[in-house]
Order: sequence, then structure tokens, then C-alpha cells
Amino acid sequence: MRLQRLQINGDRIEVAAPSHWTLLEVLRYRLGLTGSKQGCDKGDCGACTVLIDGKPVLACLTLSALCEEREITTIEGLLPAHLRSGGTGPDPVQDAFDRCGALQCGFCQPGMMLSARALLNENPAPSRAEIKDALAGNLCRCTGYTQIVQAVELVVAEAAGSEPEPPAWAPNANPWKNGCAKNGHEEPPARATDNGEGA
Amino acid sequence: MAARDIHGVGAPWKDGFRIIGSAHRKIDGLAKATGQAVYADDIVLPGMLHVKFLRSPHAHAKLRAIDTSKAEALEGVLGVVVGSEMPIKYGVIPWTPDENALAVDKVRFIGDEVAAVAAVDEDTANAAIRLIEVDYEPLQALLDPNEALVTPEPQIHEQDAAARAKKHRGNVSKHVALSFGDVEAGFAAADAIVEGDYAFHGTTHTPIEPHCAVAQYSPDGVLTVWSSTQITHYVQRALARVLELPESRIRVIQPCLGGAFGGKSDPFALEFVVAKLAMKTGRPVKCLWTREEVFYAHRGRHPMQMHYRTGATKDGRVTAVDAKILIDGGSYSSFGLVTTYYSGQLLTGPYDFPTYRFDSTRVFTNKPPCGPKRGHGSVQPRFAFEVQFDQLATKLGIDPIEIRRKNFQGESTQTVNGQRITSNGFATCLDEVERASRWKERHGQLPYGRGLGVAGSMYISGTNYPVYPNDLPQAGIQIKVDRSGLVTVFTGGNDIGQGSNSVARYIVAEELGLDPSDVRVVAADTDLCPVDLGAYSSRVTFMVGNATIDACRKLRKQIVQAVAADWKIEPERVHMGLGEVFDRDERSRCISTRAAFHLAEARFDTLGATGAYNTPELGGDYRGGTIGASPAYSFTAHVVEADVDVETGRITVQDCWIAHDCGRALNPMLVAGQIEGSAYMGIAEALMENHELNRFGLHAGPSLLDYRIPTSVDTPELHALIVESLDPEGPYGAKEAGEGPLHPSIPAIANAVFDAVGIWLTHLPFTPANVLAALAAKDADIAAVRAPKGAALSPRG
Repeated sequence: MRLQRLQINGDRIEVAAPSHWTLLEVLRYRLGLTGSKQGCDKGDCGACTVLIDGKPVLACLTLSALCEEREITTIEGLLPAHLRSGGTGPDPVQDAFDRCGALQCGFCQPGMMLSARALLNENPAPSRAEIKDALAGNLCRCTGYTQIVQAVELVVAEAAGSEPEPPAWAPNANPWKNGCAKNGHEEPPARATDNGEGA
Repeated sequence: MAARDIHGVGAPWKDGFRIIGSAHRKIDGLAKATGQAVYADDIVLPGMLHVKFLRSPHAHAKLRAIDTSKAEALEGVLGVVVGSEMPIKYGVIPWTPDENALAVDKVRFIGDEVAAVAAVDEDTANAAIRLIEVDYEPLQALLDPNEALVTPEPQIHEQDAAARAKKHRGNVSKHVALSFGDVEAGFAAADAIVEGDYAFHGTTHTPIEPHCAVAQYSPDGVLTVWSSTQITHYVQRALARVLELPESRIRVIQPCLGGAFGGKSDPFALEFVVAKLAMKTGRPVKCLWTREEVFYAHRGRHPMQMHYRTGATKDGRVTAVDAKILIDGGSYSSFGLVTTYYSGQLLTGPYDFPTYRFDSTRVFTNKPPCGPKRGHGSVQPRFAFEVQFDQLATKLGIDPIEIRRKNFQGESTQTVNGQRITSNGFATCLDEVERASRWKERHGQLPYGRGLGVAGSMYISGTNYPVYPNDLPQAGIQIKVDRSGLVTVFTGGNDIGQGSNSVARYIVAEELGLDPSDVRVVAADTDLCPVDLGAYSSRVTFMVGNATIDACRKLRKQIVQAVAADWKIEPERVHMGLGEVFDRDERSRCISTRAAFHLAEARFDTLGATGAYNTPELGGDYRGGTIGASPAYSFTAHVVEADVDVETGRITVQDCWIAHDCGRALNPMLVAGQIEGSAYMGIAEALMENHELNRFGLHAGPSLLDYRIPTSVDTPELHALIVESLDPEGPYGAKEAGEGPLHPSIPAIANAVFDAVGIWLTHLPFTPANVLAALAAKDADIAAVRAPKGAALSPRG
């Protein structure tokens, strides 16, 4: 057991944990940051991916004691960071994953989204092949990766102000261009004025 | 009976659909995207203990004695449990209860659960497990299904005397033989017959979330189990049986689930064990299985050895199909009774054939138990049949898509085994993949090494056979209306990532004219939600969807009535939409839905409604005729474009076009996700995955590194094409999308390989070694034809 000083999602945290514990164990079972998932515990699946100094790292293969003085970002950190930087709602990567249907069971996606976030920080306009390469360390069993790649491409397209490519299933009514899949965390549409007292 | 009301395929309000039919966010999407969604292993309770299992190192052995005293004496250990404390057998199918929570007198595969320890942490529990001493008496292990079929001793499961006298010499789990029409006359009428052997190797689900369960036993005797299950209702029933508690004292909750694909549709040892240990220790208990343990839990796709014979007239009409199938069930029954039926019963569409016979035998072997995996029981025979169909087309000189068109069964018809077909968009599916893949210009025309292949399939949207026979609804819904304008839906349905909770939200929003964000869903909690049978057999959208419409229509009637009375107009004039209720004839007369709820509550008291769905009477009039009977069937066609490297034997799928008839796409984005996920999984089963055991019955590689599932770079471009046939029985015409689209992936690859290099791959998996062997065999055939009889082949160079 040793006292560790970690910097997680901008917070300085002191935590006592056994020296052999991984960063994933400390995050999940000491700090309650359960957004990072355990799928295999041996570096095969990528569900535990976090960012350390901006780089995607497998938390299940990283001793937490070795993470002192490093800047750790978990999935819980993305939305608050986006708000702090003047954005509204979730990080564009998180929002695009939701709008594209990429979150089926969602278990692999915290790691997947952090890998995508790291890619876009390095390379804001990756090709499809570069996106697939960057996500190849994160296994997803639900989606067949198609909607995940579409989500990353949507972030890229919207950041560049260009129109995202429509999916095969909606060639004539691009669901991401405007409307339908777009709203969700925005304010609900205006209603008939009524305070409910009229009844 | 309300439960069987058919709601029609149209929109509930005259101005058409507002939500149904277009892409919307999922109800839990942002919670999952931000890490807030709570999965089983995210649950932490005060004072919670951790459980580890001891597993059998023998494939087959008698359990002579277990000594747990040293484990119990270890500091930090609070409870140990062994099989004799839970001797009652269970099984998800009530006719075949052959599993124990922990082994009682025998172990039946390497990895079978023997004992479990609850301790203050996982390290202590692991240390204690190593202190348990077990005295095994090894028995002969039966690993080969052919051997198990004919070997009477040892019996992996003791048969009772009656069963033994009745039939089988070997270790038979289930035998089904059914025949429809005069099969021999069918073959006599055929101009061409193709006959051959096909083999499916066996694969597993590998959801990224390992199985996990948490239990708490309250001082007043209520047991709560949170489990990563797709069948809360059956888990509740199984816990009651094994723990000898009344069902009313057991609450099962499915938290957010990290993937299942059929792999979490049995009750599992860990659920009984955490419950038992919570009761024994008086503390909350959690068990998270390791990835290795998930491979032992298995319930994956059955290996099958299949012999098929198909006859057709020279214009390509099939006259007879004859199948004999040996199914390797592994060590327990699981859903095996159903698997054995499905291996034959689900082949009878989308093609019409006048005569059909199948003979399927499932045997026990000393291997991890097989069960239902996405496309339960029918993916394997579909592979064999669709390849044989192409072999027949080649023999007759007919285009593979054309021969499928010629045999298309059409809609509103009956299959040869007596199943009712309602909507059927298969012909459109064929048109779509033919167009999208530019089949006509390219099939048979691509350079050597590249090919196109097609295959088709059919699958059930739920089954009218409930796992335990009863007359109760298969799906129930309850709706609560709040004065704030919020509507809460309570459903027993299991959202396993496919989006069934989202579907409930979309339907309520559509029916009551609400913004989707004003509908919340409480699901899969046996204390709070009416029973739904669970997420299996592709039943949830279909059945829960119908039940939801049923409840909404009752509620809507009250609201409309109250508003109409208040406004003194005919109820037909009242319209609900976009959070408003207005008079259709006088648009300015308008109140919020919330105000309308108040009017209705004032008039009728507290608002709420229930809804239910049950299937109509279905199925053939013979023993087993209801197994495979579904209120609606989905249909799929694939075209795959594949490269074959003749030097290395490696197959690369470049593109896959998938046209799937889902009835109506309630949310086309979610349908596309199911189509893509299915196709990806099928392609992986053909090319990469193999649930392989060594000669001792030990799993060859129980990890996500050794059991290779595709990464983003291994997955081809998937093109999901949605075909909507509007089924008269489905919710707004919807049918399933989660399992059907997997089936054609595998045979379509085999057929593309034939187009590419002229070899038939009949035995899965399509590894480079198998491809090279088939290429060498073809070369040898050609050489034998070319060489003069008796002449020695000249050496190369």
C-alpha cells in the first residue's frame, strides 16, 4: 500500500492503493471512476484506454504508481473539459458517437472515444484508413466499426464545415446533415404556452 | 383479447410518423458516451465481498471429496460454497434441467465450476481458491461428437432407465427427425442432384463485458441480484428453484449490459453463487468473471457436421432437400433442445421447396457447453444449404441470384413445414444487393483471385413457443403519467445494446405526441417491471413494441376523451403531436400535452395503462411444429466481394452489401447498426474465429488475443441496405434486425471464393491452410484430367 499523487481530469488526487494495482483498478475501485472498463485485464481489448499526457494508454497494463506527475484523462473528463473550454454539452466525439448510433452496448466505447479524441488532437483531418488504424487497438463487438468510423468522420467534417458523407442506408436523406439525429441534449422544442394550471 | 390486437402498419395520427422511421439518438447514448452508464461491475455496495471460482482441471471426472477447511481458515475469507449446498438442478429449458450451480458429483469439462470463495478482496479470494483440495477420479473424456454418438459408457449425463431403454446407445442430448412431403419422389423428379458434406467449427460470442453479478440479501429476506443477463425473468425463476426461495422474494435487475449476442441468455453459476454467499455471509457479494472464465462459460455456436442433398429441375426449381446433421453440444443441454429443432426447422424460407427431410442429433461431449449465439441453430445449416444452392446453380448453368429468385416463396404463404409467412421482402433484397454490387456486370467477370458471392436467409422475429409453457402474455408494459408531463414506461424487456429501451421511448413519443426526451424507460427490474421473457429469439422490438402500442392506445383514448369533453367536441377532432393537443378543425384551440394529462387525471383519476402482446396460435400440426414458428420472419440477402491470395491462401473481404427486410425500420440508424454488426460477426466466424480445444479438452486460447475477433482494420466496408416490407403483425410493420443479417455472410464468402478461384470451401473456418489445401486438390484434379492415363507427372522446372 502506498500513497499516490495522481492528476486525473484536472484534479489533484491523493489515493492509497496497493503498489501492484493497475491504474484501471485505482480508477474503478478506489476513485469510483467506472467509465473506464475492464474487458480482458491483459491488454487485448482496449476498453480500459485512458489518455496519459494526451496519448492513449491501456490502464489495465499500467501500474498506477508509475502515473504520478502525469496528466490522466478518463472518459469522465471529456465533457467537463469541453464545457471549460467554452463548448456546450459533451465533447464533439461523444456527441457524434451518439448521433451516429455508434453506442450499442457502449462498453468498449469509452476507450474507443478516447482513442478517437487522441487521434483528432494529433491529426484533425484523418483519412478513413488513418481512423481505422488509430482505433485498431479497441475491440468492438457490436457495431462492425462502421458507425464508429462514420462518427469520427462526422466530427472531422463538421469541424471543417463540410457535409458528412451520407450512409448507405440513407442515400437520399442524410441524417447527419441537419435535424433528426442532431437534437438530444439541446433544449426541447418550443411548446404551446401553458403552465399546466389551465386544466 | 387485447394482447392480440393488431395495430396496423400506419402512423397513430393522421399526419404521418414524426419519430418512427427516422434516425434518433438512443435513450442511453449520452450516458454511455460520457461514462455515466452503470454496468454490473460498476456497482459497489458497502462492505461488499469478492468471489472467485475453483474450476475443474479435468474434462470428465468424478468428484470424490472436497476439503475447504484451509480456505475457510484464511484471514479475509468470509464464505465458501460447494455444490452439495445447492443440489437442485436447473436448465434454461424446463425439460432438460441438467446443470448444477457448482458440480455436485461430477465435472464435465475443463473449466466446470467446483467451488467458490467470498473474501474481502479478489487477491484473498484467489489465494483461498488455491487452498481448496479436491479429490477427482478421472473418467474417459468424450471430445469427438462422432465418438460420443456411439459410445454408451461413460454417460456424461446419467440417463434414466426409460430413456436408456428407449433409444440411443450413445451420449445423445436430443434427436429430431422430421419429414415433409414425399422426399424420394422429389429427388426422382430432379434433373440435377448435388450432395456433399459441410462442417461448422464452433465460435463464441465474446461480448466485451465479461459476465458479472452482484447480490444483496436484506434482513427481511429479500434477495436482490444485479446481473449482466439478457433474461432477467428466467434468472429469477432459476434462482427461486435452486435456492428454494419464493419468486416474490427475489428481485433481479439487469443494469446496463455490455454486449451479449446470446451468450448471457442462460442462468450462470455466478448468479447462484453470489446469491448463496450473500445469504451465508450477510454481506453484499460481487463476482466478475475473467475473460478466460467467459470462454469456459461459452454457450457459443454449436459445431455441426452436415450432410446435404438437394435436387432441382433443369430450370432451377428445387424439388427436394435432405439433411443429416450431427451437433456437438458440449457438456450441458442449455437451449440444445431448441437448437436441434432450429437446425432443421428454420431452413424453409425464403425458398419454396415441396419436399424436405432433416435428421438432427445433438450429442454431449466433455467440452464447454454450446448454446444460442446470434442466429441460433440456423447459421450452420444456412451455410451448408446456401453453398449447395450455388453448387446446384453452377451445375445447371444458372446465375446464383437468378436461381434464388426462381425459388422465392413469396409473401402470405406457408412453408413446407407448416410455418406461416406473412410479409416477405426477399425478392427486393436480392434486387438491392444485385444493383449495389453491380453484380450483372461483374459476377464471373472479375480477374482471377477476386470474386462476388451471394447468399440469402430467413430468421424469426420472436417465437410463439415460450420457454416454459403458459398462456400469459410474452411481453408486458406499464405506463405511468406524471403531472410534470413526463411519461415513464416500465418494461421487462432487456436492452442489451440493441436499443429496445429506445424503441419503447420512440413508440410512446409517437403515440402520445411527445418529445422523446419527455419519455423515460425503466427496464429489466423484476420488482418494478411487468414480465417480458427477455432478449432472445429476436423478439424484443416485435413483442415489446406491440405491447407498448397496446398500452399507449388505451391511455390515449382516455386523454382524447377528457380533452374532447372539456372542449365539447367529437373525440375524432382531438389530435396529439409535438407536445401539444389541439383541435384538428380549429387549430388555434390548443393546450400542452401536460395540460391534457391534467384534464384526463381530473376526469379518470391517476393515469396509467398496461399493454401486452402474445403471439397468435402458430406452427405445424406435428410434434415440434411450434418450434421455429414465429409471428413474422425477416429476410436477408448478401453479396460479398472477396480477394483470394493463391500464394498465401488468405481471403480478404473487401465489401459486403447487406439488404435486410426488417418490416419497418423504426429507427433506420439502429437497424443499420444491427445489420452491420451482424455481417461483421458472420464474416469473422468464417475467416478468423475458432473456439478450439486441444486433445485434452483444454481451450486452445481463452483470450481476446488468441481468439481473434476483428479490429477496425480487419473489417470490410459494410453497406447496410434497408428493405421495408411492412409486416401486418409487427409494431407499425416492424420485424427483427438483430440476428437475421448474420446468416448469409458465411456462405456468401464461400460462394465469392468459388467465383474468384473456382474452389468450394465446405468446411469452416476458411483458414489459409484450408484454402491452400482446396487449391492444391483442384490443381491435382486438373492434372489428373490433363495427364494421360498411367503417365507419371513430370517434375516441375
